[in-house]
Amino acid sequence: MRAPEQHRIIFKHIDEPGYTNDIGCYLRNGGYEVLKKAVSRKPEELIEEVKKSGLRGRGGAGFPCGVKWGLVDRKSGKPIYLIVNADESEPGTFKDRYIMHQDPHQLIEGTMISCFANNVKQAYIYIRGEMPHGARILEKAIAEARAANFVGPNILGTGYSCEIFVHRGAGAYICGEETGLIESLEGKRANPRIKPPYFPAVLGLYQCPTIVNNVETLCHVKYIAEHGGAEYAKIGTPGNTGTRIFCVSGHVQRPGYYEFPAGTITMGQLLNDVCGGPLPGRKFKAVIPGGSSAKILRFGERFKGKRKVGTELVDYDWGVEDVPMDFDSLGMIGTMGGSGGVIVMDDTVNMVEALANINAFYSHESCGQCTPCREGSLWMKKITSRMVHGQARNEDAALLKSVADQIPGRTICAFGEACSWPTQSFIAKFGDEFKQYPETKKTAKPVDAVALV
Amino acid sequence: MNLKPETLSKIDEVITHYPTKRSATLPLLHLIQEDVGHLPPDTSEWVAAKLELQPINVLEVITFYPMFRQKPIGRRHIKVCRTLSCALLGGYKTCATFEQEFHTHLGEVSPDGEVTVDFVECLASCGTAPVVMIDDELHEKVDGAKAKQLSDQIKAEAKKR
Repeated sequence: MRAPEQHRIIFKHIDEPGYTNDIGCYLRNGGYEVLKKAVSRKPEELIEEVKKSGLRGRGGAGFPCGVKWGLVDRKSGKPIYLIVNADESEPGTFKDRYIMHQDPHQLIEGTMISCFANNVKQAYIYIRGEMPHGARILEKAIAEARAANFVGPNILGTGYSCEIFVHRGAGAYICGEETGLIESLEGKRANPRIKPPYFPAVLGLYQCPTIVNNVETLCHVKYIAEHGGAEYAKIGTPGNTGTRIFCVSGHVQRPGYYEFPAGTITMGQLLNDVCGGPLPGRKFKAVIPGGSSAKILRFGERFKGKRKVGTELVDYDWGVEDVPMDFDSLGMIGTMGGSGGVIVMDDTVNMVEALANINAFYSHESCGQCTPCREGSLWMKKITSRMVHGQARNEDAALLKSVADQIPGRTICAFGEACSWPTQSFIAKFGDEFKQYPETKKTAKPVDAVALV
Repeated sequence: MNLKPETLSKIDEVITHYPTKRSATLPLLHLIQEDVGHLPPDTSEWVAAKLELQPINVLEVITFYPMFRQKPIGRRHIKVCRTLSCALLGGYKTCATFEQEFHTHLGEVSPDGEVTVDFVECLASCGTAPVVMIDDELHEKVDGAKAKQLSDQIKAEAKKR
C-alpha cells in the first residue's frame, strides 16, 4: 500500500516560498483570527475543546494535554504560569526548530490561547541555548504581537492581560525535563524535582501551579480552538488524534520532516515511500522510532499479539515495516513514539559503535544528582568506548546489561529510563553483534567506514 | 567587571522579566559572555551582588551548563555536532577536518588564535546532518569538503583583518 498524502496543519507554511516570519505575513494568512474569537469565549469552553480533541503532548511522553490542564490547581490563589518547552534536545528531533524560525507567530497565538484558557498572566518560552537566532526571532515576534495588542496588557480590549518572555537555556539536555526546566528557569542547576510532591500543576515555577507544554502541542491547541475538538479528533485514529510530525534522520535517501494524520502511516511507508528507502546498495538494519532514548527495532524481527480495533480484539503479526507510527502501536511492540525523531541505520553500521555514540551522549547529559544514573550512564559509556577503542571482551554484553538494569525506577526523573533503554534494547536485539565484537574487531574495516565514537 | 553600557542596560531590563531576581542568572551569564567572550573570574561575585545571591549560587550554574565557559576561546567558535544522526553521516570526519585545518585540538584556542573547535551534543537539526555551528550560524550538510571550504573562508577573513 502506498503511503497516504501528507496533511500539514502545523507545518502548513514551513518552507512555503515567500512566507516570512513577520507579523504582516502571518496576518495576511489569517493570523490571530483564532485568538480574536477565543478571547470572546469562556475559558472553560476552550479547555473542554482541548479535552474533546484527545490531543496528546508532542514533547515525548504523549500525555493528554486536556488532562494536564485539568490537573492545574486553580484554587490555591497563586498565579498560574505557562512555560513553552522549546528546549528541543532529544537526539533525532528537529521539528520545533522550524516552527520557531519560520512561523513563530503560530506558536505565540497558540500560547496566548492556552494562557487565556488557563487564566495565565505570565508565560515563558524556554528555548535551548543553541538556537540564538530562534530566540531573537521569537523576541521580535512577541514585540510585534505586543504592538498589535495580541500580547501584553488588556488584550484586544477584553481586560485580560498576559506577558510572554523568552528565556534561553545553555546547552543542557536535562532542561527538556519539565521540572529540570523549572529549576533552570528559577536560575539554578537543572536538577529535576521529585514527584510527588513537585508536580508542576501544583508546585511548579516559584512553587506555583504551572503548565509546561511543548512548542508543537501549543500549535495544535491553536488548530483545535479554530476547528473545535470534535473536528480535530476526526484527524488520525482514536486515541492518536491530530497529525504527527516525523523527523527522519540517518541512512535514508530523503531525510527531513513529514506531517501525517496520526496512526495512518506505517514505518515501511514512511521510510520507503516518503523518505525514498535506503541509500544505494544498502539495506535497512535498525531504526529508533521516537528519539534516541526509544528502544531500537531490528529489521527482520516480528511482533505478534492482540490489539484492540474498535471494540474487538484482533491478532496482529507485524514486521518493523508494518508497524503503524502512533503512540499506542509503538508502545505495544515495546518501544515508543516519543518525540517523533526517527533515526535510521543501515547495514554499514556496527551496533556496538552506535550504542557507544548514544551512551556518550547520555553520560554527558546526566545531571548527576541520582547515583544510579550518574554512575550508570558513565560506566555504560566507558564500557562501550573501551569495546570500540580498546579491548572488547565476550562478557561485556552481560556486564552492560547488568548496569543498565539497575538504573530505571531508581532515579528522580525519567532520564534513568532514557539512558538505560538504548543499552537494554541494543543488547536484546543485537546481542549477537556484541558477542561477536571481539572477533569483528580483528577484521580490517573498509577504508570509507564512518566513525561513530 | 568592565561591561559595555548597552550590556548593563540589557541586564537591568532582563531582571524585570521575573518575580525573583535569581531567575535572571542564566540571562545575565549569557549577556556577560556575549560582551566579554567568556565568563571572567569575578563573574560569580558580580552576578551574585547584582541578584542578591551567594557567589556559589552563580558558580554552580556556570559549571553545570556546557555553553558557559570560564576561559577565552578563539575569535570564531566552531561547534560540530557529535551525536548519532550527525555521526552516521560523517560528523567525526567533519570535526577532524576542522581540527586539522586549524592545527588545533578540541576545546583549545588554535595557534593563530582564530578558532576554538568543540565537539558538542545534538544541535537539533538531524535531518540536515552533519551540522556545525560557527558562532551563531548553523551550517548544514557539512561533510569533509564543506568543512574545508568553511575553514578556508575563515582563514581568508582572518587575512583581511
